[in-house]
Amino acid sequence: MEALTNRVKPVERKPMTWVERLYLWNIFKGMLITFKHIFTKKATIRYPEQKRAFSPVFRGLHILNRDEQGRERCTSCGLCAVACPAEAITMEAAERKPEEIDKYREEKYAAKYEINMLRCIFCGLCEEACPKDAIYLTETFAPANFQRQTFIYGKQDLLIPNPVTEPELYAKAAGGRVIKS
Amino acid sequence: MTLLALDWVLLAEKLLLVIVIVSVSLVIAMYETYAERKIAAVIQDRIGPDRAGPFGIFQPLADGLKLFMKEEIIPNTSNKFLFILGPCLAMTTAMMTSAVIPWGSAIHFTAFGLDRIVNLQVADINIGILYIFGVVSLGVYGIMIGGWSSNNKFSLIAALRGASQMISYELAMGLSLIALLMLTGSLRLGEIVQQQMQRGVWNVFYQPLGFLIFIVCAFAECNRTPFDLPEAENELNFGYHQEYSSMKLGFYLFAEYINMFISSAIMATLFFGGYDIPFVNDAALGQHIGNWLSILQFACLFIKIAAFIFLFMWVRWTIPRFRYDQLMNLGWRNLIPLALANMVITGALILGKQSGWHF
Repeated sequence: MEALTNRVKPVERKPMTWVERLYLWNIFKGMLITFKHIFTKKATIRYPEQKRAFSPVFRGLHILNRDEQGRERCTSCGLCAVACPAEAITMEAAERKPEEIDKYREEKYAAKYEINMLRCIFCGLCEEACPKDAIYLTETFAPANFQRQTFIYGKQDLLIPNPVTEPELYAKAAGGRVIKS
Repeated sequence: MTLLALDWVLLAEKLLLVIVIVSVSLVIAMYETYAERKIAAVIQDRIGPDRAGPFGIFQPLADGLKLFMKEEIIPNTSNKFLFILGPCLAMTTAMMTSAVIPWGSAIHFTAFGLDRIVNLQVADINIGILYIFGVVSLGVYGIMIGGWSSNNKFSLIAALRGASQMISYELAMGLSLIALLMLTGSLRLGEIVQQQMQRGVWNVFYQPLGFLIFIVCAFAECNRTPFDLPEAENELNFGYHQEYSSMKLGFYLFAEYINMFISSAIMATLFFGGYDIPFVNDAALGQHIGNWLSILQFACLFIKIAAFIFLFMWVRWTIPRFRYDQLMNLGWRNLIPLALANMVITGALILGKQSGWHF
C-alpha cells in the first residue's frame, strides 16, 4: 500500500538483541532518565501563593469603569448588550438629576446594569462595542458559588472602586493592565 | 524475692525493644507514604504534597486521619470474619519480620544499679533467615484471604495472582540466598553481619548475582511495581483491596510499606554489611566512643535502608507493570535457573578454596 505521508515509520520487528533481552540495561537507562528529572525545573507551582502571569489578552470578569473624577462612564446606550452573543447583559437607563452631576459623567446613565456570568462567554465583544470605554474585562476570573442567583452581577459587583476616594482599591481592581479612565 | 525463674530485666528490655521497633517501623511506613508521593512528584516534574506543615511533612498524619474518618464498609456478600482477618494478618506478618534484624551492636548498659549488655536485636535466633522466609510466606495469606473473602471477581483474580507470584518468587529468592548461606555458613543474621564487619568486605561483592536475584524477588514479594499485579490499579481496580475502606484499607497499604522497610533492612543486613559503618573499623571505634557506636551503627543501617527504599520508589516510578505471563517467565525460566547456576558456581568455588586452589 502506498504511504499517505512521507513521515511513516515502518514498525521494527527485529528480534531483541541479547542486551535487550537481558532487560536490566534498559531498566537502568530508564532509571537514569527518571533520575535526571529529579533535578529538572518543576512544571507546577504552589498555586495560591504563586500565580502564573496572565496572557495580555486574558479576558476575565467585567468591570464598569469610572473616569478620573470617579464618575461612571456608562451612558446605558445598550451597544454592549447588542454586541453580546450570549445575551448576558441587561440594563435600564435613567436620566441624571442635577445633583448627581459628580456621580455620572453624562446625562444618561445605567440605573441597573446586570451581567449574567453564567451566560457570559467572556468573548470581550462588549469591551470592543463600548463607545465610552465604560466596560472592561479584567484579570479576575469567575469565583465559585452555591447559588446561581449570585452569578448575576449587578452594578455593585461590577463598578470599579472610585479612583478619587479609594485609589488603592481602584489600582487593585484595574490590575496590571492599562485602563483608560 | 524471685517470682519465677525468669530474667525479668531481660523481658522488660526485650519488650521495650519490641515497642521501639514496632513504633519506629510504623513511623517509617508513615513517612514512606510521604516519600513515595514526594519522589513520584519530583520524578514527574511536580512539587508534590506541600500543604500540611512545612514541606508537607504532616501529610501522612492528614492521610491517616482521613482513613480513620472514612466510613467502614463491609460488603454483604463477604465473609465477615475473613474480611476483617485479611488486613490484620497482612499487618501482623509485616511487623513480625523485624524481630530478627540486628539493629546495631550491643549496648553496655550501666544505670539503675544494673550492669547489662543489651543486644539491639529482639531475637538472635539461629534460624533467622528461615524465620524471615516463614513469616514472609505467611504474608500471602493476607492478600489471599482479603481477596477471596471480598467475594468479588477482581479481588479473587488479584488474590490468585498474588499467591502464585509470591510462591514463584519465593523459590528464586530462597535459591539466591542459598549461595550466600554457603559463604557465611550461618543462618543467624547477627553472625552474618559480624562476618562482614570482620572481613571488611560486604557480601554483595561476593554475591553480586545473588543480590540481583534477591532484589528482583524482593520487589515481587513486596508487590511493588513492576510486579504489582495483585493490586494493578488500572486492570483490577486495586485488586485485593478493592472492597476495603477506612482503616482496613489503610492496614493493607501500611503493610505494604512496612514490608518494603523490612525487606530493605534485610537486604542491607545480608548484602550490605548491616549496621557496619563503611571504611571504619567498628570495633576500634567502639573503644573510643563506647555506646555511641551503637547509635552510629543504627544511623548507618538506616541510611542504607533509606537508600533501598528510595530505590524501591525510583523503580516504581520508572518501570511499567509486567504482564502476567512475563512475570511467570521471568520468575521460573530466568531467575530460578540463574539462582541455581549461581549456587553451583559458588559451591564449586568454595570447594576449590577448601582443597587449596588459589585464585
